[in-house]
Amino acid sequence: MPDVETRTRAADAASEAPALALRDVGVVFGAEANRPVLANISLDVREGEFLSIVGPSGCGKTTLLRLLAGLMKPTTGDVLFEGKRVDGPSRARAIVFQDYANALLPWRTVAGNIALPLERAGLSKPEREARVAALVAKMGLDAAANRYPAQLSGGMQQRVQIARCLAQKPRVMLMDEPFGALDALTRQTLQDELLALAAEQRVTTVFITHDLEEAIYLGDRVIALAANPGRVVETIDVGLPKPRNQLTTREDPAFLARRHRLFGLLQGH
Amino acid sequence: MTKLSRGAALPLFILAVWELSSRLGVMTYESLSYPSAIAAAGWAALLDGSILESTWETCQSALLGLALGAVVGVALGAVVGLSRLASRAAGPTFDALRAIPSVALMPLGLLLFGWGLAMEVVVVAYACCWPIMIATSAAVRGVEPRLLEVADALEMSFAARLRKIVLPAAFARIGVGVRVALGIALVVAVTIEIAVNPRGLGYALVLAQQSLRPDVMFAQILWLALIGFALNALLSTVDGGARGEGSGA
Repeated sequence: MPDVETRTRAADAASEAPALALRDVGVVFGAEANRPVLANISLDVREGEFLSIVGPSGCGKTTLLRLLAGLMKPTTGDVLFEGKRVDGPSRARAIVFQDYANALLPWRTVAGNIALPLERAGLSKPEREARVAALVAKMGLDAAANRYPAQLSGGMQQRVQIARCLAQKPRVMLMDEPFGALDALTRQTLQDELLALAAEQRVTTVFITHDLEEAIYLGDRVIALAANPGRVVETIDVGLPKPRNQLTTREDPAFLARRHRLFGLLQGH
Repeated sequence: MTKLSRGAALPLFILAVWELSSRLGVMTYESLSYPSAIAAAGWAALLDGSILESTWETCQSALLGLALGAVVGVALGAVVGLSRLASRAAGPTFDALRAIPSVALMPLGLLLFGWGLAMEVVVVAYACCWPIMIATSAAVRGVEPRLLEVADALEMSFAARLRKIVLPAAFARIGVGVRVALGIALVVAVTIEIAVNPRGLGYALVLAQQSLRPDVMFAQILWLALIGFALNALLSTVDGGARGEGSGA
């Protein structure tokens, strides 16, 4: 399969230092030294790329994302952000959590939630309101701007969380199975919106999922993890043309070939 | 018969028996007075403004004490709730202080501040700050951990985290503590006035008792019940309103 080796535009552009990197990272919880959650993981996230990380449940996907975010520290090895060691969370790396209902502030309206990262940025009130209004419009939340998260559907709530992350103007967006709890149609809509956003904002994106097709459909590259201990088993360049299309991309023989390959790899473990 | 009229039947019957037995001379125990005399005394106290003046004094110290107690209680509760170290270091001290009955501090308050508003406010605040502190620390510990991660991810300062995430998230449960403290505030204020401080409704009760006016005394007791009811209703509205609107923070 020579076309698997085809390099994407984003991958070509990333010849300088990687946006994020893991170097020989291992994670052990508590005293279970013989059962590491992650073992010897080394990977690069290239500047501007959309990287999907896929794996079965229990392979440490979420742990890996929390390491990249700086929400936890590795037991061994290093996490690097733009060449510097990560020792805590940073506003430059936004996180989109799967459980949007817990991650939004229920006592604030949609607009109030999106304004949260802007409040300490030293912006005047009109500037802040203008930026919130722009994000509300971009995410199609106009009708919901003054409503509370609990009054919205899951898809709308996840849009709010994504808008809040964009408000902090991150250099990297870290997404932990953001569409895992949504119905299939909403998921597809949000996938396309996310691809358009990531291309437009040129933000490096790491997208965790357990859904192989989602990983390939969205990603410039896909990294496959296996469980017990969590480790990288394969990295593939997707190389499918962009913009992607829910019908034609998913029917593309190259898409199917990558799906077969990853499926086989993940089954094998 | 509606629910209300059924509920009112028993009290009305008791009032009628009370009134008749006094008027017909069946019961001649003078210090009990009777309903129509109590109503007349209450009406007179309202007209001459005396009961309103003492109500103002009592509510002033109860509410100021509650406010001071709430500020201290929320602050202590937030620190103890957020920091396990603070909780372990200060927990036993707070438990010991909390065990002192607040009315036992009346003589000390009198010694420190003399008669008047200040001593009453301070003792009421002392009594109120504990339930509020406990409600706050429990509420702060119960904040959704994901929201704390959102605060971490935005590199919020301790103060911003407290103001924007922790306290709003804990608000409803803190409100319950404040409501409990309100009842305590009124009881402690009236107790202080009865025991040592010559002002407010508590002192008015003592005066009525000493001048052998049971009718006035009963009117004042009924009035106190109404005040407690009204203050609680007021707090429920404030509480509910703040939770409904909420986008400020």
